[in-house]
Amino acid sequence: MSTIFGIPAPAFYGQLLIGLINGSFYALLSLGLAVIFGLLRVINFAHGAQYMLGAFAAYLLLGYAGIGYWPSLILAPLIVGVTAVVIERTMLSRLYNLDPLYGLLLTFGLALILEGVFRYWFGAAGQPYSPPSQLTGAVNLGFMFMPIYRGWVVVASLIICLSTWLLIEKTRLGAYLRAATENATLVQAFGVNVPRLLTLTYGLGAALAAVAGVLAAPIYQVSPLMGSNLIIIVFAVVVVGGMGSILGAIVTGYMLGVLEGLTKVFYPEASSIVIFVIMAIVLLIRPAGLFGREE
Amino acid sequence: MSNTPLLEVRGLNAWYGESHVLHGVDLDIQEGETVTLLGRNGAGKTTTLRAIMGILRRREGVLRLRGQDLLGLPLHRVAQTGLGYVPEERGIFASLSVAENLMLPPKVAENGMSVEEIYQLFPNLHERRTSQGTKLSGGEQQMLAIARILRTGATVLLLDEPTEGLAPVIVQRIGDVLVALKKRGMTILLVEQNFRFARKVADRFYLMEDGRMVNSFPGHQLDANMDQLHEVLGV
Amino acid sequence: MTVETQYLSAQPKLRATTTVLGAIAIAALLVAPFVVYPIFLMSVLCFALFACAFNLLIGYVGLLSFGHATFFGGAAYFTAHAVKVWGWEPLSGILLGAAGAAALGFVVGFLAIRRQGIYFAMITLALGQMFAFICLQVPFTHGEDGIQGVPRGHLLGFIDLNEPLAMYYVTLAIFLFGFFAIWRIVNSPFGNILKAIRENERRAVSLGYRVDRYKLGAFVMSAALAGLAGGTKAIVFQFATLTDVQWQMSGEVILMTLLGGIGTLVGPAIGAGLVLALQNYLAASDFPVTVLIGIIFVVCVLLFRRGIAGEVMEFFKTRFNRST
Repeated sequence: MSTIFGIPAPAFYGQLLIGLINGSFYALLSLGLAVIFGLLRVINFAHGAQYMLGAFAAYLLLGYAGIGYWPSLILAPLIVGVTAVVIERTMLSRLYNLDPLYGLLLTFGLALILEGVFRYWFGAAGQPYSPPSQLTGAVNLGFMFMPIYRGWVVVASLIICLSTWLLIEKTRLGAYLRAATENATLVQAFGVNVPRLLTLTYGLGAALAAVAGVLAAPIYQVSPLMGSNLIIIVFAVVVVGGMGSILGAIVTGYMLGVLEGLTKVFYPEASSIVIFVIMAIVLLIRPAGLFGREE
Repeated sequence: MSNTPLLEVRGLNAWYGESHVLHGVDLDIQEGETVTLLGRNGAGKTTTLRAIMGILRRREGVLRLRGQDLLGLPLHRVAQTGLGYVPEERGIFASLSVAENLMLPPKVAENGMSVEEIYQLFPNLHERRTSQGTKLSGGEQQMLAIARILRTGATVLLLDEPTEGLAPVIVQRIGDVLVALKKRGMTILLVEQNFRFARKVADRFYLMEDGRMVNSFPGHQLDANMDQLHEVLGV
Repeated sequence: MTVETQYLSAQPKLRATTTVLGAIAIAALLVAPFVVYPIFLMSVLCFALFACAFNLLIGYVGLLSFGHATFFGGAAYFTAHAVKVWGWEPLSGILLGAAGAAALGFVVGFLAIRRQGIYFAMITLALGQMFAFICLQVPFTHGEDGIQGVPRGHLLGFIDLNEPLAMYYVTLAIFLFGFFAIWRIVNSPFGNILKAIRENERRAVSLGYRVDRYKLGAFVMSAALAGLAGGTKAIVFQFATLTDVQWQMSGEVILMTLLGGIGTLVGPAIGAGLVLALQNYLAASDFPVTVLIGIIFVVCVLLFRRGIAGEVMEFFKTRFNRST
C-alpha cells in the first residue's frame, strides 16, 4: 500500500477531500460576509444562522411539501434572502449611521433568536437529509473512492464562488457595488438607488449562506447549532484573508480548509484549533491579513 | 431670457450636523447660462453645490429646477431631474476601470453624448480605458469626472474647482471643453477660485463669503468689481 | 459607544445624590441575604463584577471584546484546580485565577489590539473559541465534566466559607473591591488617556501616547478583574465547567453591559442582576432563554442604546439642565 509522508494514501486523500469540503463552506460563507461587510460595513453575525436556515428550509420543504433537493437549492436561498431583506429594511438600515459594532450586536441577537427558536422546535439533535438520487454512490478515482455528493459540493461551491466573483467584477450591478463600497454618497448622487442596493446586497449575502446550508444538509446533519460554531471559524478565516478582496476571501477559505484537513492527518489533536493558530500567526506577521489593505 | 430661472435658489440654509453653514443663499441660473461662484476657501461654495445636489441633507429654503422642488427628493432622484455633479475630489473609483467609471452614472436623458463622442473629445480616456481609474493623472481624472456626467444626458452641470492643482496646459484644455459644452447649450454652475480661468466661460459671477452671497454681476463687469474681489478673495 | 459620565463629578448636587445612592446600595447589599437567596445574590455579584470588568474595555476604551468568557471561565478553572487538586486556601486560589486570567489577557490582547473596531471583536471571539477547544481537550479541565466538587474551605484558614452568609459577605467584599478598583482606574490619569483614545485614537497617537500599550494595559486589567469574578464563582458554586468559557458566555456579558448601560459605572451590575433574574424566572417555564436574550439584544440595539443606567442619567441630566 502506498503512503504519503508515512500516511496511507487513502487516509491522506480522504482528509484532503474533507478539508476541501470544509474549505468550500468557509469560502462560501466568508465570501458572503465580505460582500455584506464591503458595502454595509456590518459584520453579519447572523450568517451562521442563515446557513442553518437554508439547511432547515430544504429539510422542511422536503418533509412538509415533498419538494426535493434540486428545487430547494433555488427555493431555500430565495426564502432566506427574502427574510434577510425584511431584516435589512426594518432593522439594519436604522444602524448605518452608528458605530458598526451595533450592527454586529444586532445580528448576534438575531442569530440567538433564530437558533433558539429552531432548537425549541426541533431539539439540539441533527436531522438527516439524504442526497438526491443522482448524486448517491461513489466513484473510483484510481487513487481513492470519492462519494459523488462530496465531489458535487466542491464543484458547486467553486461554480458559485466564481459566478459571484464575476457578478461583482464584470457586471454593471457589480460596478455599482464596488463603487458604492468606496463612496456610497457619490454613487447615490449619480442617481443609483443605493438604499435598495444595500437591501439587495444583504439579501444576496444571506442567500449565499443559505445555498451553503442546502449543500451542507446531506453531509452534516441539519441541526439548529450547525451554524454558530462554523461562523466563528469563518470569522477567523476572514481575519486571515482580510475583507478587502472577494477573491482573497475565496482563496483563503479553501486554503484554510485544506490546511485543517491535513492537520487532521498529521496532528489530529490540533485540528480543531489550527485555523485559530494560523490567524494568530498572521496577526503577528501581517496584521492587515493576507489580502487585506491597512485601513 | 425667460423670467423664471432654470435653477432657482431662495434663502437656502444648510447645516453640517449642528453647525449652520449656509445663511440664506440666493442664486438664479437661466437656461444655457454659465455661472461662476467665487469665494475664499471655506466661504461655502462647495457646500452650496452639495446642498443643491442633496448630498448635504439638512437644508431649508427654496430649491427648484424647472419649477420642480428638489428639497423633498431623495438623493438618488435628484440626478434624474438633469443635475450632474462633478465633485471637487473628482470621485474617480479605484476599484473600477476607466471605462467602468465612465459608464457608472445611469443615463437620465436620451440626448447625452455617446461613448464614441466622448472618446473623440477625450482621446486619452480611450487609450487608457482598461486602466484602473485612479491610475490616471490628475488632469485625466478631471476629464473622466466631467465625461461620465456628459454621457448621462444631464443638462445642468455642477462643477467644483475643475482646475485645482492642474498644470496650465490642462487648465487650458478644460477651458476649451467648457466652451464646447456651452455651445451645446449646457447650463453650468462652476465653483472656481481661479477667476482668470472663470472669466473665459462665465456669463455671470456670484461672490460668496461666510456662507452668504455678497455680490453678483455679469461677466463683463468683472474688472469693475476687481477691488471687492481682491478684498473678498484675499488675492 | 459612549455615554457622557463626566458631568457627575462636575455637579456637586448630583455628586451628593450619587454618594447617598451608593450608601443606600451598599446597605441594601448588606441586608439582602436575609431577604433573597444568598446563592442567587452571589451569582449576581460575580456576574456584576464580570460585566463591570468587561465594561472597562467597551465603555472606556471603546473596544468590544467578544471573548471575555476566556478570562472568566479560565480563571474559574485555575481557581478550582488550585483549591481542589493543590489544596490551596480559597483566597489565594481566587487570586491565582485572576493572575492566570491576566496572563491570558496579555496574550489575547497582544494579538487582538493589532486590529481595530469590528476586527478586534472577531479576533477576540476566535481566540476565545480556541481557548474553549483547548479547555475541552487538556486533561486538567476534565472535558465535558468540568472540575466538580471544589471545596469552599476556610478563607485565610479561619473563615468557614461553607457558611452561606460568610461566603456571601466574602463575595460582596470581592465585588466591592473590584468595583472600587474599576472606579479608581476610570478616574485616574490612565483612565483619562483611555477615554481620549476612545474619543479619537489618531489624536491620542499624535499627542505622543503609545496607544497600543494603553489598550493592552486596559485589556489585561479587564481580564484580571473578569478573572477575579470567575475565580470567585468557582468557589461559590464549587465547580468550573465549559459553560463559562464558551462564546455564549461572552455574549451574555455583552448583553448585561448593553442592557445596563455601556460606559456607566453601575449599569453593567444592574444589567447582570436583571439578566440573571430573568434567566432564573424562565428556568421554571418552557420559554427558551436564548430567544429571550436575542430579543433583548435586538430591542436594546434598536431602541435603547444607552441602556438602563444611561437612560436614567440622561433623564436627570436633561431635567437638571432645564432647572438651572
